[in-house]
Amino acid sequence: MIGPGLIVENLNAWYGDSHILQGVSLAIPQGAAAAILGRNGAGKTTTLKSIMGLTPRRSGSVRLGALKLDGLPPYRVARAGVAYVPEVRGVFSSLSVEENLTVSARATQGGWTLEQIFDRFPRLANRRNHGGNMLSGGEQQMLAIARALMTNGRLLMLDEPTEGLAPTIVEELSVLLRELLEDGLSLLLVEQNFTFATNLSKKIHVLGKGRIRWSGSASDLMKDEDITRTWLGV
Amino acid sequence: MFFEPTFLAIQFLNGLQLASLLFLLSVGLSVVYGLMNFINLAHGTLYMLGAYIGLTVARESGSFWLALVGAPLAIAALGALFHVLLLRRMQAASPMKQVLVTFGLIFIGLDVVRYIWGDFTHSIETPAIFSGSVQLLGEVYPSYRLFVIGLGLFVFVALYLGLERTRLGAVVRAGVDDREVAMSLGLNIELAFFIVFCLGCGLAGLAGVIAAPVLSVYPGMDMSILVLTLIVVVIGGPGSLKGAALGAFLIGMFETFGQVFMPALASVIIYALMAVVLLVRPGGLLPVRPG
Repeated sequence: MIGPGLIVENLNAWYGDSHILQGVSLAIPQGAAAAILGRNGAGKTTTLKSIMGLTPRRSGSVRLGALKLDGLPPYRVARAGVAYVPEVRGVFSSLSVEENLTVSARATQGGWTLEQIFDRFPRLANRRNHGGNMLSGGEQQMLAIARALMTNGRLLMLDEPTEGLAPTIVEELSVLLRELLEDGLSLLLVEQNFTFATNLSKKIHVLGKGRIRWSGSASDLMKDEDITRTWLGV
Repeated sequence: MFFEPTFLAIQFLNGLQLASLLFLLSVGLSVVYGLMNFINLAHGTLYMLGAYIGLTVARESGSFWLALVGAPLAIAALGALFHVLLLRRMQAASPMKQVLVTFGLIFIGLDVVRYIWGDFTHSIETPAIFSGSVQLLGEVYPSYRLFVIGLGLFVFVALYLGLERTRLGAVVRAGVDDREVAMSLGLNIELAFFIVFCLGCGLAGLAGVIAAPVLSVYPGMDMSILVLTLIVVVIGGPGSLKGAALGAFLIGMFETFGQVFMPALASVIIYALMAVVLLVRPGGLLPVRPG
């Protein structure tokens, strides 16, 4: 499915006096994936938070399809179709697994339902009455993604989803995200795990010091030693 | 006579009655602090205004029950106004500014009360149905005090069910756990906070009305209970409903038994208890976020 997906133009963000994002622009057609790579402190998380409307001060334009997102409070951005899984995952510890999933649920025609989520994530189904704080790291990541899917958005933004996960879980995650892409969801991925990111996404943006330093295909990036050395430290 | 079981039981009931009042007062303060990191020192002022508005309603209408319903509603509405005019602009401000602004409101409240009701001590008459006493273990005990205890328990159970079983409760718990993530999932935490804030204000008003027949209504009645309320929040763990209940129970008991057995040391005991809790469990006894 090709259509206008996410279009970010000249996004700037500040924390206090620090100008963290300095004019980030990127576009993801609906149903496609893009990955943002970069060192710690490059502004990767700030990019996702700024799209979500979570940074204190920002400028620039963010659109999802025909909807203008910049200037909206975070909950309206979410309701407009952006699902965000932060690096900390943020599983609600005082809610059960099932409540974590239902609290943010927004039913849409043909969208995810609780039953479908439990079919797709059987381990969450087994723990549906457990507290959110009683899950392993991998289960928490799955719950955070499943919970984001329950919002039935059109774009899924994941901040370093593989961090701290065992290799088998990372593989499981990769399979899941590929399925979601086939279903027509757009994906914006922030990663340190180069292989994981380039396996999922043909389009790579390299972020350095608050600016997009390079954009292109994963295969071209691997050939460009200057870029990888300067901005990724590979 | 100090260690007679009957005497101890009566003191236990007195402790429960104070705990009930403290719970109604601290729960709003605690949950609002847990949800928004906002410290509202003027919470006690709402309690005092609840007592005074209840006083006027009871005198004009002759009905304690109308006061019991009307004053909390009026205080909740006042809380809503206060939120729209002031708090909404103060949320991003530093804790020091929040403390100073709400501390200023205490003095405004005090003068408003003096201006409208004068600098006297008033009391609301106990409602007829609870004006008598009941026989308990061979002692007479004012039935109104049992009503206060029962009301506190009822509100605790109602809030507990509301928090655990309703959608608004789940949104509030999610917001206390992780506000940013909750907003990113499309939950309108601001609105949930507003509702919880108004509810907490209404409960402070309710505490004011039910305290009025037992304690006196006077300008400054807010300050004498505000400190105890803040200690309840600290001991129980900010943001926690069960924490507010446990904290209110402990302070109610220590304050009551302290006054009976060691009147000279009673207030010291409360602070010592708070110091010990803070040393052993800095997040309070039943914190929302363990660890």
